[in-house]
Amino acid sequence: MAGKTLTRSDLSEGVYREVGLSRNESAELVESVLRHISGALAQGETVKISSFGTFQARDKGRRIGRNPKTGEEVPIEPRRVLVFRPSHILKDRINAAGES
Amino acid sequence: MIKSELIQRIADENPHLFQRDVERIVSTIFDEIAGALSRGDRVELRGFGAFSVKSRDARMGRNPRTGEAVHVPEKRVPFFKTGKELRERLNGGRAGDEDEDDDEM
Repeated sequence: MAGKTLTRSDLSEGVYREVGLSRNESAELVESVLRHISGALAQGETVKISSFGTFQARDKGRRIGRNPKTGEEVPIEPRRVLVFRPSHILKDRINAAGES
Repeated sequence: MIKSELIQRIADENPHLFQRDVERIVSTIFDEIAGALSRGDRVELRGFGAFSVKSRDARMGRNPRTGEAVHVPEKRVPFFKTGKELRERLNGGRAGDEDEDDDEM
């Protein structure tokens, strides 16, 4: 199942094709969408995209981890992580395509 | 922030675009990502993160109410890994110092 990897340029190409703006402007708009999502998340906002999924920052407390190589205990400081919860529509779409 | 607010923020910054074009731009982006994942492809957006699909093997599950064993078929689930730059931003610019095995996402 090792497929291709899409990048920003594939997304801009899609916008270019669908909306008909210039390639340059399409690329800038893709960037701008990612920037707004990142900005909202950095402010602690949850970002909910219907029929796609929800991005949410979660605070993790301090815990003791272990260096798997040396076995040494190391503290993992409190930090904020991002969780993506895919919507049912996205999950169904991915599985519908995989039924082969 | 929900999708319509995202669209509004982009529209406010781009007064020369029609609102419906901004809607199509935002929808196209998520639709391209969803399409890639449904083909089993990855989507790598440096600084933001990477979307991929993981396979979950078929297994025997159990109906928690009746205790009855049920077959859960193999399935694929979308997965998101936060990019390095965004992870640092979430933590006020500090590097999250574990989990550094990533490919500079």
